[in-house]
Amino acid sequence: MPDTITVNVNGTAVSVPSGTTALAAILIAGAPSVRRSVGGSPRGPLCAMGVCFECRATVNHRRHSRTCQILCTPEMDIRTGEQVDG
Amino acid sequence: MASRPAHFDVLIIGAGPAGIAAACCASESGARVGLLDNNPQIGGQIWRGESQHPSHIEAREWLQKFASAKIEFLASTEVIDHLEPGRLVVQSVGMQSGDDVRELTYRNLILCTGARELFLPFPGWTLPNVMGAGGLQALVKSGLPIADKKVIVAGTGPLLLAVAAHLREHGAEVRLIAEQAPRHRLARFALSLAFERAKLAQAFAIRRQLSSVPYKTSCWPIRATGEGKLETVFLRTGAHTWQESCDYLACGFHLVPNTELAALIGCELRGGFVQVDDSQRTSIAGVFAAGELTGIGGVEASIGEGQIAGYAATDRSGSTASLLPQKQRLDHFASLLKRTFALRDELRSLPDSETLVCRCEDVKFARIRNHSSWRDSKLHTRCGMGPCQGRICGAATEFLLGWRADSVRPPVFAAPVQVLAIAGSSQSQPDLVSHEEFR
Repeated sequence: MPDTITVNVNGTAVSVPSGTTALAAILIAGAPSVRRSVGGSPRGPLCAMGVCFECRATVNHRRHSRTCQILCTPEMDIRTGEQVDG
Repeated sequence: MASRPAHFDVLIIGAGPAGIAAACCASESGARVGLLDNNPQIGGQIWRGESQHPSHIEAREWLQKFASAKIEFLASTEVIDHLEPGRLVVQSVGMQSGDDVRELTYRNLILCTGARELFLPFPGWTLPNVMGAGGLQALVKSGLPIADKKVIVAGTGPLLLAVAAHLREHGAEVRLIAEQAPRHRLARFALSLAFERAKLAQAFAIRRQLSSVPYKTSCWPIRATGEGKLETVFLRTGAHTWQESCDYLACGFHLVPNTELAALIGCELRGGFVQVDDSQRTSIAGVFAAGELTGIGGVEASIGEGQIAGYAATDRSGSTASLLPQKQRLDHFASLLKRTFALRDELRSLPDSETLVCRCEDVKFARIRNHSSWRDSKLHTRCGMGPCQGRICGAATEFLLGWRADSVRPPVFAAPVQVLAIAGSSQSQPDLVSHEEFR
């Protein structure tokens, strides 16, 4: 693995250190939230341990991925809820 | 699941300290040992990131042992069903399309599923940047820059201090640690630690690191506000309330054991924890449990229990005799922790009518509080029926309303319907969380 990895968050390239999770990349990219709740309110991560499902986003076209459990890989495509579900 | 399932003499679920210790000890016998975790790396929560940047001596020692032992690590893998004794169905995390579901078989199973944080709902707790205490720490270990961010650490338990110290080390400005337990109980706790020299030394070291951070006892957050994300936290101590502005609120009310899989398998629980004997055997033959799911006792207790389970699961219980006195001492520490950080009654009135209790389904407190049970509320309001399957709101309502979450059904973790079809689970129930139901 290279020291720095470039991923795409909502279409924008972001460079992150190797070992960074997709969730941390979303936050580094400055996305206003990770997803919208059923009632439409913005949500960010809560547990960061794979339990709460608040960090789910679309990673490499797989919807509902728990981004706190996924390490960034080169060219990974990450879309937050606001981008996908509008 | 076309190919023949991989078979393990000992299969261990959860690669935190208990699971690592269990795997190392079990592998000494030459048995085929598998260690499974839903994280991409070993370490669990407390040793998260240690495999790349070791900082604890104990973690380093165990990780070295692990590296030199013959253990198969199944990374990013989680159990979704237990078909019958000896047969588990697992899926890969992040591959929820049904193309990576498989069966594993085992002779002995060791559950080391650890614990999660207890989160209590209060107005504003769903705002982005209100996180768990261990949650924010995990996120920083996973690459979130925290330098110069203003953080309030709140809730209860020794974890708050460890989290605050870790965040400061990474450049955060920790403005306050709010501990709900009263000072007199903490003082008694500190006195009892005099017998635990290692723990006391650790506590002093952390305290020194945090000497400039205000540490308030009998203090807790009552509300969080902000436009689109957290901006202000309101806190209370006694009759006094005030507000602090901050970037993050790291808030956890101690730990809840992850017993879902144990319950599905049928292991007897008592007081919410998996019951084990001196050899870490559960009530189900061939199934052992070690670590926080048998009682919240910390990393040292988890390692000790993991060792005992690893030996017992490879029929070498003789090797565990020397570990027993330590286990008894640490059991005492666990009950001390429980007494010291017991939650105060005032926290039950944290949520108001409008506060969301179930974050997955956006269910307000007003809608659930008049129901008679967890099940009743679930059926009428969908509380606990989202993707987390009640892992967050179940523990919260247990504290708020005295409910007990009812029996666990497969899948243990939310799985798409295609996966369930492939798994061929005959026990499929109407309240399965399907891919389509995720919102």
